[in-house]
Amino acid sequence: MAHQDTLNGAEILLKSLVDQGVEVIFGYPGGAVLPIYDELFKQNRLRHILVRHEQAAVHAAEGYARSTGKVGCVLVTSGPGATNTVTGLTDALMDSIPLVCITGQVPTSLIGNDAFQEADITGITRPCTKHNYLVKDVNNLAKTIHEAFHVARSGRPGPVLVDLPKDVVQAKGEYQPPSRIKSKYKPQVKGDLKAIEQAVEMIAKAKRPIVYVGGGVINSGSAACQLLTQFVRMTGFPCTQTLMGLGAFPGSDPLSLGMLGMHGTYEANLAMHGCDLMINIGARFDDRVTGRVNAFSPNSKKIHIDIDPSSINKNVLVDLSVIGDAAHILEDLIKVWKARQVRMDDKAMKAWWAEIEGWRSRNCLHFENSNKIIKPQYALQRLYELTKHKNPYITTEVGQHQMWAAQHFKFEQPNHWMTSGGLGTMGYGLPAAMGVQTAHPDALVIDISGESSFQMNLQEMATLCQHRLPVKVFILNNQYMGMVRQWQELIHGGRYSESHMHTHPDFVKLADAFGAVGLRAESPGDVDDVIKEMMAVDRPVIVDLRTDASENCFPMIMPGMAHNEMVLGPEDRSLDRPGSEEDGMVLV
Amino acid sequence: MTHIAEPIERHTIAVLVDNEAGVLARVIGLFSGRGYNIESLTVAEVDNREQLSRITIVTTGTKMIVEQIKNQLRRLVPVHKVSDLTIEGAHVSRELALVKVASVGEKRVEALRIADIFRANVIDATNESFVFEVVGATDKVDAFIKLMEPLGLVDVSRTGVVAIARGPAAL
Repeated sequence: MAHQDTLNGAEILLKSLVDQGVEVIFGYPGGAVLPIYDELFKQNRLRHILVRHEQAAVHAAEGYARSTGKVGCVLVTSGPGATNTVTGLTDALMDSIPLVCITGQVPTSLIGNDAFQEADITGITRPCTKHNYLVKDVNNLAKTIHEAFHVARSGRPGPVLVDLPKDVVQAKGEYQPPSRIKSKYKPQVKGDLKAIEQAVEMIAKAKRPIVYVGGGVINSGSAACQLLTQFVRMTGFPCTQTLMGLGAFPGSDPLSLGMLGMHGTYEANLAMHGCDLMINIGARFDDRVTGRVNAFSPNSKKIHIDIDPSSINKNVLVDLSVIGDAAHILEDLIKVWKARQVRMDDKAMKAWWAEIEGWRSRNCLHFENSNKIIKPQYALQRLYELTKHKNPYITTEVGQHQMWAAQHFKFEQPNHWMTSGGLGTMGYGLPAAMGVQTAHPDALVIDISGESSFQMNLQEMATLCQHRLPVKVFILNNQYMGMVRQWQELIHGGRYSESHMHTHPDFVKLADAFGAVGLRAESPGDVDDVIKEMMAVDRPVIVDLRTDASENCFPMIMPGMAHNEMVLGPEDRSLDRPGSEEDGMVLV
Repeated sequence: MTHIAEPIERHTIAVLVDNEAGVLARVIGLFSGRGYNIESLTVAEVDNREQLSRITIVTTGTKMIVEQIKNQLRRLVPVHKVSDLTIEGAHVSRELALVKVASVGEKRVEALRIADIFRANVIDATNESFVFEVVGATDKVDAFIKLMEPLGLVDVSRTGVVAIARGPAAL
């Protein structure tokens, strides 16, 4: 015991992190965490990536977590350091990303005194974390850190914050290894076998089934994605993915209908609308997916498989729910399916697929290309074609470019697509890419960006250069907040209120100023060249592609509309219909 | 859109939680953040050794909303058990109120008489006031307070509802 008593709180913290398998911390020092940074200085087990803004530290940890399946780790100081993490924590909560965020705090004796750089961060982050802790006794420190990691990664993953007063990290105390901690937090992982048998019975009767897959399958891990692929191929069912679920099922497989929802494919949305059985695995009937709820898939039985009971019947009433981890449930589902030797109605399935192929033949992602001006879809198609052999990791910001990327990239594997889905955080992609590149130093990591989103966290170019993280920032520069402009055109009578930025930096010079490489493409003929050049450079790159400012993202389900009312393109007559507002629910 | 008006139900929910800092704020924050109703909420430690507190919440909402409330409560890490007493068999519920009445003469006598009918105790008395302690189901307490209004009611303090299932089973 005697030697354990010699550890101070900061040492206990770092030992806990190492024992939890942490390799990288994204952080920013400050007064309240100086004792922790002092211990960091003395060791070399943990790598520290020094960001330029705390929000970026959280997004970087998110990128790290999403591309590895591990828990991301953040370390920031008290007060402003802590409050700057709020957007990132909310983003991680909405997209169920496992993080542990360690914040410094003023000494316990000063808490509540409005001390310098004091903020009630556990109070502030209570609604935007899965759970949070304030550690007041150094002897609880190790236990709390271990429990924080357990909570972050178990059940539906999410961000956990641990607030550490300065005196606690300076005090001497006892270390406890993870093996000695017994947590009371034990979410259900195994699905109820009776419910799974019932699911198989419902599936066997279906004539127009569809599998609707969300991020829960990716969060569950690569085993769940493999089992999902096995299940879909075994049954021959069409499979559509949410924005979060892209990569859970191979995008190039003919059974994949691509993404569904507001900017999803025609075939995915019409199949959702017309199905007679929907199997939702790890998705949450988000409003961007369902469109108008009372017209959502009106004639189907619905099965919902989810680890979070509060997702069941939240937005859409389902006929059968199975609570548990996707991998466990899929494994049992396949077992029961095989044991019962289920045969689907071949004739009905053929007719269903014929209908789907009819929708698919509309080629809804088609766009009018130009040989004068770069169409954003063209740029992304070329980016996909020229990089796919490298199996790149793609992050995005938020807006039109994000939706085009989701439409035109096909992800064959999970954990290669990092985008802010729930919160829709502009400025997410660059720091997230930073985290991805940290985890995969030799991989091709591309942040598909817009010029407006990029400027929300562009200070992180310095972090990329300092830590030699050769992230490629691929900016579709249309001089507008594109999605805002699109809605203003389609819904607000073309009044482009504050969506045009008259002044932008010269992104090529900006890259140069940071010590990165800047490239520009102004005509369609330049696109292939800049992509090849970008890939050849072993440094951070900003690519400034001057794209068509008037291009809109289609297909689109207008706000308040249903899946079968989607607009295919600018020439589609149904554009003239006004968007509606549902009773008591403003559609944004 | 045509809404089928779902009936609003009142439910009494018992929640067993770790008695730790911030746990009540988590529960209340959940209700305010998601726009759920709280009609009454009581909390106190019930198990000193295990450091557990019991929260009794009376809430209203459609069936779907009440189901959401329970599931959202179960999601909170320090929450151990959530039990909907309204649907899980019979239960008893009680509320305690301290009711101050200031009056003289006939009104004072009438207040005492009504207190007697309601089996309310006088726990403080001066020449011009009484404090009554009344225990019962919410509607009984409501009725008592209503009757005191014309008799010089000046102040009320209520605990909110505590409830427990009938029969031998524990939460």
